[in-house]
Order: sequence, then C-alpha cells, then structure tokens
Amino acid sequence: MAKVTLTIDGIGVMAEPETTVLQAALAADVYIPHLCYHPDLRPAGVCRVCMVEVEGRGLVPSCLTPVAEGMTVSTESPQVDKVRRVAVELLLANHPEDCLTCGKNNRCELQRIAAYIGIDRKQLGRFRRSKEPIPIDTSNPFFNRDMNRCILCGICVRTCEELQGTCAINYVNRGYKAVTAPFGNEPIAESNCEACGECVVRCPTGALSCKGFQEPTREVRTVCPYCGVGCGIRLGVRGGKIVSSQGDPQSLANHGRLCVKGRFGHDFVNHPRRLTKPLVRKQGELVETDWDEALGLVAEKFTQHKGKQFAAIASAKCTSEENYVAQKFTRAVMGTNSIDHCARL
Amino acid sequence: MTDRFDEFKRRSEEKWRALQSAQIPRILVGTATCGRSAGALEVVEAFRRELDARGLEAHLIEVGCIGLCYAEPIVCITKPSQPGICYANVDPAMAAELVEAYLVGDDPLGKYALGSIGDGSVEGILPLLETPVFKLQVRRTLGKCGVIDPTEIDQYVANGGYGGLVKALAIDPAGIIEQIKASGLRGRGGAGFPTWRKWQFCSDTQADHKYLVCNADEGDPGAFMNRSLLEGDPHAVLEGMAIAGRAIGADQGYIYCRAEYPLALERLHAALKQAEDHDLLGDGILGSEFNFHVKIKEGAGAFVCGEETALIASIEGKRGMPRPRPPFPAVSGLWGKPTIINNVETLACVAQIMQHGADWFAEYGTEKSKGTKTFALVGKINRTGLVEVPLGITLREMVFEIGGGVLNDKPFKAIQTGGPSGGCIPRDLLDTPVDYDSLQAAGTIMGSGGMVVMDEENCMVDIARYFLDFTQKESCGECVPCRLGTKQMLDVLDDITQGKAEPEDLDLLEEVGEGVHAGSLCGLGQTAPNPVLTTIRYFRDEYDAHIQQKSCPAKVCRELITYRILPEKCTGCRLCAKVCPADAIVGEKKQVHVIDQQKCIKCGVCFEKCPPKFGAVECLAGQPTYPTPTTGGTP
Ligand SMILES: Cc1cc2nc3c(=O)[nH]c(=O)nc-3n(C[C@H](O)[C@H](O)[C@H](O)COP(=O)(O)O)c2cc1C
Ligand code: SF4
Ligand code: SF4
Ligand code: SF4
Ligand code: FES
Repeated sequence: MAKVTLTIDGIGVMAEPETTVLQAALAADVYIPHLCYHPDLRPAGVCRVCMVEVEGRGLVPSCLTPVAEGMTVSTESPQVDKVRRVAVELLLANHPEDCLTCGKNNRCELQRIAAYIGIDRKQLGRFRRSKEPIPIDTSNPFFNRDMNRCILCGICVRTCEELQGTCAINYVNRGYKAVTAPFGNEPIAESNCEACGECVVRCPTGALSCKGFQEPTREVRTVCPYCGVGCGIRLGVRGGKIVSSQGDPQSLANHGRLCVKGRFGHDFVNHPRRLTKPLVRKQGELVETDWDEALGLVAEKFTQHKGKQFAAIASAKCTSEENYVAQKFTRAVMGTNSIDHCARL
Repeated sequence: MTDRFDEFKRRSEEKWRALQSAQIPRILVGTATCGRSAGALEVVEAFRRELDARGLEAHLIEVGCIGLCYAEPIVCITKPSQPGICYANVDPAMAAELVEAYLVGDDPLGKYALGSIGDGSVEGILPLLETPVFKLQVRRTLGKCGVIDPTEIDQYVANGGYGGLVKALAIDPAGIIEQIKASGLRGRGGAGFPTWRKWQFCSDTQADHKYLVCNADEGDPGAFMNRSLLEGDPHAVLEGMAIAGRAIGADQGYIYCRAEYPLALERLHAALKQAEDHDLLGDGILGSEFNFHVKIKEGAGAFVCGEETALIASIEGKRGMPRPRPPFPAVSGLWGKPTIINNVETLACVAQIMQHGADWFAEYGTEKSKGTKTFALVGKINRTGLVEVPLGITLREMVFEIGGGVLNDKPFKAIQTGGPSGGCIPRDLLDTPVDYDSLQAAGTIMGSGGMVVMDEENCMVDIARYFLDFTQKESCGECVPCRLGTKQMLDVLDDITQGKAEPEDLDLLEEVGEGVHAGSLCGLGQTAPNPVLTTIRYFRDEYDAHIQQKSCPAKVCRELITYRILPEKCTGCRLCAKVCPADAIVGEKKQVHVIDQQKCIKCGVCFEKCPPKFGAVECLAGQPTYPTPTTGGTP
C-alpha cells in the first residue's frame, strides 16, 4: 500500500498506512513521550502522556490516532504541555522518590519522561501525597512486584494476555485503589503465572524487576541451551559471569520472547556445584576422570547390551537432528526399536 | 399482517373502556419503589382489608409513580361517573377513613386530596393538572406512569401502545431514521447526541449481526427517572427498542439494568414475556420478516458501566472498563459487532414519535432541543419529585413554580444539574433555559436529568467535595488523569474544608481539573472536574473564605466553625455540659458556661441541647476570636 505523508513538527514524514501518529513519529526518530504504548501490544491509551495536537482536531493521544494523508501534528504546544504535565506530575506525586536505589534506575521510562518535560520541585511540592504503602510481593523466585512503583500502564496485563496467553494478572479495585494483581490479589507465586518474565522486561518502571539484577558490561548473542526450539538469546556478561539473559528480537525462533528457563535459568553456569568434568564410579566412589575414559566406558557397556536389553529415551533438549541421530543409533547400532522421546510421555 | 394485532388492540380497548366505566370504584395505588418505601404495599393491604370488612367491591390496582415523591404513598380513587381524586401521604389509617367516608358515604375528604383527575369536578378540589406542580409540566413520556397497570400489556396497548411498532414495520428502516431525524430527538442519557445520526452510522455499517442496547444503568446518585419509567411503563421501552432495532438492522437487543432495581427488573421480565407471547418481540414480529429478541442483563451497579464501552465490556463478561473510541460502538461494539446504545428515556421517546409523529414530538422544546424531558427534582425544595417538562423551560420555573420554592423559604443559592458530571448554577443564572446548549454554556450539562436545589445552608466547597468523592471512588482506575487527578482534587478539597489549604491550592485545583478534563479517556473523567470548576467559577468567595479566613460561611465544614455560649443568655442549667462528649464545657451550676475551644470537637450537641427558650449556644462561621479559658470563669 502507498505510504502516507504527514507533517510532524514541521517535518514531512512518510508513514506506513494503518500505523499511528506515535509509531510514525518514533519511526522518524521524533520522540513523543509515552508510557502505556508498547510496539508488541495493542494500544490501550491510558497513560495520556502521548498527547499531541492535530490541526483541526485538537488534543489527541498519538498512540491511538491513525495517520492520515496531509495530517499536521505538533508534539509541543502550551495545550499539550499542560495536559501532559498534569499527568506526569500526578504520577510522580504518587511515586516513591528513591530512584537511586530502585532496580530500574536509569532504565525507567517515567524518569525519562520527567527529564524530558522538566519538573519543577516547587510545582510538584504542591501536590498531596496520600498513597498508602503496599507490601512488595517477593513470592516469585525470579522477580519482585512492587506495586508502589506501578503506574498502571497495563503493559503487563496486555503482555500476559496478548503474548503469553496466560492472563495471570489483571486490574483489581477501582479508582485510586486500582492495582494490577493476580486473581484475588494473592501473591503471584500462588497464581497461574508461569514466570516467563515477559511482563517484567516490558514494565516501564521498577514495579516489576528481576531479583538481584546487575547491569551487564557486554552482551553475547547465542542460542538457549534448554530445548529444541532454539530461542535466540542475548546473554549479559559481567566480569566473566552471566548476569542476565534477554530474548533476541532478531531470532526467528522466538522474536525476542523467552520462557522461564531461557530467561531465568542460567545461574547453573556459574554454580559452584556444577559438574565440569565426567565422573566414573570406582570401588563404589565417584571419581573425576577425562572424557576419553568416560566415553570409552560407555561404549564398552553398550557393546555388552545390544538388542532386547537396550532401550533409549531421547530428550526434548536435543534438536531434531540430534534426535534423529539418537534413533538411528538405537536401531542401526544397538539393534532395537525401543526408542522413545520424553515429549511423548 | 397486522390483523392479529388489530384484534388484540380492539379487545384491549374494550377491556380498558369497561374498566373506566365500571360500576364499582377503582382504587389506584402507586406501588413503584418510591411508593413502596413510603409504605404503599401496607396501604394496598389496608384497602383490601377495609373493603372486605365492609363487603365492598372495587378494582384495587397497583400502578407506577406519578412523580410526587413528597406525597407518597399516593392513591387515586374513582367512583363510577365521577372524576378520580388523588390523595397524598396515605397510610393504613387514612385508607380506612377514606373507605368509610368516601366509599361507604359520599364525603371525598377534601383535606387529604391533592387534586382531581378526569372529567367533571368535585367541590373544593382543584383538578390535579391545574395545581402548581403540574401546571407547567407536559407529561408524555411519563403519561402512562401511575395511570395504567404496568403488569398488563393490554392496558398499554389500549392506550396506543405498540402502535408505533406497527407503523415502523410498515415502512423501511430509512423511513424510521427519517422520522426520528425530523423529530429532532437527542439522546436523553447525558451527552445529547442526535439519535438519528448515531443510528445512521450503524445502519450504514454492514455486518451479519447488530445489537441494540438499552442503557438502564442509571448510576448518578439521586437519579431515578429511568427506574420510575421502567417500573411504571416497561412496554414503552420495549416498543422503542424494537423500533430502534428495526431502524439499525439489529436482531438482538439487550437491556442493561442495575441489579439494585429489583422491581424494574421484575416488571421488565414480565413485560418481555407478554410482548413475546403477543408476537411483538421474537422471530417474524407480527408476521413480518423482522426478528428481534431481547435479553435482560443485570449490572452490578458501577457508575462507569453506564459509559458505552464499559457497558459493552460488562455485557461481554469482562471488567467494566471503558476502551478508547474510535472505533465507535456504532461500528464495532458488542462482540465486535455494530451496536447502538440508547438510554431508557430516549427509547420511550422513540416509541412516542412513531406513535404520534415527529411534528407532535417537536411541538415542545427549543430550536435545538426538542420535546419534553424528565427530571428528578430534589434537594432543599418544597416539592421533590419526578417531573416532565418541555425543554426550554427556565430553571426558575422549575424551582419556584413546579418545585414550590426553597424549603422553609430560605434563600436559593444554587442548582446542581447533570449529577457528578454536571455543575452548579448560581442564583443570577436562574433564568437559564433548560436545554442542552444553554446548560453547557453555563458550565454544566443536562445529563440524564438530576437536579439538586441548594440553599444558604449548603456549603459549595462541601458539595464539590461530595461529588468528587463519588467520581473518585467510581473511576475505573484505568487512565492516569482520572485515577490520580480526581484523588488529588479530592485531597485538596478535603484540606480546604479542614482549613489546611493555601491560596495556591485554588490554582492547583484548576490546573489539575483542566488536565483531568482534557486528558481523561472516557466521559467519567472528562466531566468529573465540572462540579469543582463551576463552583470555583461561581462561588469563588466561598473558597476564599475557607482558605483565607478559615471560615465556612454556610457553617457546614466542622473545622471551620465555632460554637460559643452567649454569657447574657446562659442560665447555667448544665444541660450542655452533661452531653458534651469531649468534656469541653466548663461552668458551675447557675453560673455562665464556657466552651473550651481546644477541646471542642464541633459536634454541635450543645447547640441542639440548649433549650430554645434560652438559645444560649450559637454557631459561628470561622475560628474562635476570644482567648480560650482553661478552667471555668467568664471569657
Ligand atoms: C461515566 C458515565 C456514566 C454514564 N451513565 C449513563 C447511564 O446511567 N445511563 C445512560 O443512559 N447513559 C449513561 N451515560 C451515557 C452513555 O455513555 C451513552 O452516551 C448513552 O447511554 C447514550 O444514549 P442516548 O444517546 O440515548 O443518550 C454515561 C456516560 C458516562 C461517561
Ligand atoms: S511472568 Fe509471564 S505468565 Fe507471569 S504474569 Fe508475567 S507474562 Fe504472565
Ligand atoms: S507493573 Fe509495570 S507494566 Fe504492569 S501496569 Fe505496573 S508499571 Fe505497567
Ligand atoms: S476517565 Fe476514569 S473511568 Fe474513564 S477510563 Fe479513565 S479512569 Fe476509567
Ligand atoms: S502511550 Fe498513548 S496514552 Fe499511553
């Protein structure tokens, strides 16, 4: 389809048809503050900080407004500033003021927007702060839910529903008391949450944050070792240790998404009790050895148990090719059809 | 095609005429929710008992409400060939008295009568419609409420009911939309959007299914227009729904009614069954090709569920939260299909327009606001109730003619229209005509028809606080400006009413109010600041008194008033000192008493207890101006 031409802050912008003003602006490297928009999700239009002025229509949320040929958009005007500023000031007046010790410090969208629009300490000081503290939900082994920092952008709710299909969280309560929570406002560990962490990586604030997060010094692109899907991951490395794992958006296997294992399951790599050498049992004791000896022993034992004595179960951690080799080996070398796969059980 | 209906109509009319000319008296008792809460069911029982005891025969009929809340329970007694006589505030004792005096004897007991109804006159009793409360009213939508038995479909049919549907079936959908357009009907649910235009959008959208939803959520505090109509004349709404359904091409209708309206629901269920039995709803209505089914959906009573998109979510079984528009429901609504949502009263108007024609409807009203509209007139007013007036009537006429003026002849201060989404209009705008555009120009809205009258004893800051408290609690919490902004405004208002606010806080209120108005996602948030912004606009001096003088001129806000004992009047009877819960009153018997202002919690018990013949306790606006004694003695 033909592209649509519109003007944003006086600059001519070509946009894909059926995109929104916000998407068109971001694609053209024009920043419009936004909190509840996420490229992977349907727009919700609830944070109201992405307001822009469209000629002939007045103030509109850019994340909900489809581009139109000849449209003239201003991302900055006294009206825009007034409405957006009130929304951001309200959010800040209901937010803890301890950015330096927050897990999302420096990676927080609220911080970024506050910096962008410029907040006056005295102005903000006029706002009443009446939010009651909410206990932090630490029940999940991998991430915390600190609803004191939640801005109710609803990204986590939409992620869990639209991407993960689990629907573990939703809005509860009304008005000022509204929060996102698992069913019955129980701890998340007691819900049907699968701990995939998809919501955690999308949360724009410190409301959802990984336990013990450390900023990596560099990232390594690789493939998740856990299963045959072969999700692309970016392992964050710091001081020779893996400190984080993110889905690789460029990987066609997972488009940036991961499951609980791929995202949170890499601490075994640096675990002190991890086996790094093969062990063989000698006189009832397991002793370290090298691979030659270990594999030699296996081969020797296999030769003694060909045919009916042998059966194999292949693993879902293996790729299709590896599984193929396993069945070929069982039939052709070991001489039996007794081969099965754990995914069939 | 309509032979069957014609036959049904003929029989219904015959039955109705027979009832009207019956040789035994008719006793109509208003037993809608309002009547019931005033004891109407006991009155019905009392009549039955008294009639039985005397072996008298009469038609005892339960009807809807004629709108005079202050006079409930209301009974109308019609003796053969006599006009009916309406009685106010009837209780079982009065029922016995009436049976004895008027049915056994011939004394209509004029002292209890409100007025007479129908042809002929009774000495000493004014025709009801000539009495001040009815004189300026035009009862069309409510015309059958209190007159027919809402549980009998034939009484509705005998009075022209379902005639509109028959006409609608005879013309094409475009013709129906044309009629509604010609009538000038605008939505009665709040926003006043032209009904035909909405229908046209929906009619223009192609889809395999379309829905028509009747919005009977009625969440405004104090509003009961829709409830009364559903209880008193449920078929009018069903008829309007079927007509609307045909106009837009819907085959399924929903009535979204709050579960707190059990009687309305009961009447709707019964009416629905009767309409289906008579082929007026269902497949192939009256032999035509038109299929239209209606389901009743009970809502849990959230105010926000009256908003179209939240209502749709609620019917779909989801949490009642608004979603952004576009897409508008007329294009993609319930289950993703084109959906029209209309208010109860709008649909009742639709039935009337099809029955009587567009010109008939447009006889009343102004250029841009046609027809009549129901209002719930409440507050500090002599005659509270449900009224129906031609649009364009002035607020002054509503308050002083229909409502009989302010209670106890106190000075009028303001009138609040449009419920929590509306605003307060001051005395100098009393001549504002009641129409969509004039009210909007005054900073408020017509809304669904709530009107609250306020006198000098109402504090405008406190009123604004009350409404904000409501919207703040009812906000769905989804969007930032509404969720946090209404709470912020409420907190500031709390501080103002407690004397803890600074002059800059008024700017803050206005700033946040404008941000919430311009920034919120749905109508709830967009209109929530109205009560605050209009009171600041019209009653700024009252805000200033609270903030600067720490004084509440209306003497409502506890922290900003002072109780004081007037030494020259106090006799030292000790009554006040004995009841003061804070032990704040000191003074020996027969000595002048004094209130320790530090201890006083402003409960006002002393003020109430001091015998009127002494009248020694006075309530003042503002803070104490004299030093507070810590022990007894004179100030
Ligand atoms: C917060 C909110 C509450 C509402 N409540 C009601 C209601 O109780 N009844 C109603 O008919 N309309 C209500 N409305 C208006 C409806 O959204 C809608 O405009 C109306 O039902 C349309 O019908 P009409 O065109 O016949 O007026 C409400 C709107 C908002 C924003
Ligand atoms: S971790 Fe995954 S399953 Fe759990 S709430 Fe977040 S998105 Fe849903
Ligand atoms: S937890 Fe995070 S993603 Fe979820 S609503 Fe709150 S701020 Fe948004
Ligand atoms: S304006 Fe209020 S009620 Fe409407 S969507 Fe926003 S939070 Fe919900
Ligand atoms: S990004 Fe548009 S409303 Fe939140």
